[in-house]
Amino acid sequence: MLDKSDIGKVFPKTTAEVEKGRLRFFAKAIGESSPIYTDELSAKAVGYSSLPIPPTFLFSLKMDVPNPFKNYQDIGAPLEKILHANQSFIYHQPVVAGDIVTFESSVVDIFDKKGGELEFLIEETRVINQLGVHVADLKTTLVLRN
Amino acid sequence: MRRYDHIEVGDELPSLVSKPISRTTLALFAGASGDHNPMHIDIDFVKKAGMDDVFAHGMLSVAYLGRLLTGWVKQSAIKSIDVQFTSITQLYAEITCSGVVKRKFEQGNEKLIEVSLSAVDQNDDTKIIGQAVIKLD
Repeated sequence: MLDKSDIGKVFPKTTAEVEKGRLRFFAKAIGESSPIYTDELSAKAVGYSSLPIPPTFLFSLKMDVPNPFKNYQDIGAPLEKILHANQSFIYHQPVVAGDIVTFESSVVDIFDKKGGELEFLIEETRVINQLGVHVADLKTTLVLRN
Repeated sequence: MRRYDHIEVGDELPSLVSKPISRTTLALFAGASGDHNPMHIDIDFVKKAGMDDVFAHGMLSVAYLGRLLTGWVKQSAIKSIDVQFTSITQLYAEITCSGVVKRKFEQGNEKLIEVSLSAVDQNDDTKIIGQAVIKLD
């Protein structure tokens, strides 16, 4: 069960380093064959300073902590009951290998449907790079099946 | 390079079809994406939770939708992506990603298009719907 008093709760900040090897592994896992995502010279040839992260990889960097589900578990949303309902990404600046990004997440809404059978948790995350530049915003909606 | 003036509402992006999603696909995606949720990789855990088998990470198909977009425009043109997961993606699914230009509009000094997105399995069961906003010259 979620508790509406957790609306506004700010989760601890997390930080992740963007690693080239991890980006090559991710490209393989998603079937990405463009060399821009795996070969640094190809990335530089199109203007990046190193390998760019693919559009959805910010979500992975956000999970790059010992237990990415702990925040949800701590507010009453256990792993086996949650499903991902919505995800959005708003991009402001590119993120490339070598960058260190910080995630600042908070709970912006909690509500239920079907008399509490389904509960929804909306989390917004501001993503900042090592230079303090606001690079992206993420929004995650989870549904809790009670 | 794709130009705003050459795009029409109704234009379709070249679709992208995934290979069938295997247990290996999910194991690799778990490791590479950092989503180690056992619901996607550990059948013993899944059975204890009352389901028959593992199911795919929703974000795997979103990554395929990302490929659909970056195969069509340069990544820096993508302003936003917003998706809604409509049903669980089963093992062995073959996901077809599609995009259709829904709207052309100017905001500030930017020329933008909105593309509707969908990820559908081989049984025509919709897994993800969404939209992306792309900036063009």
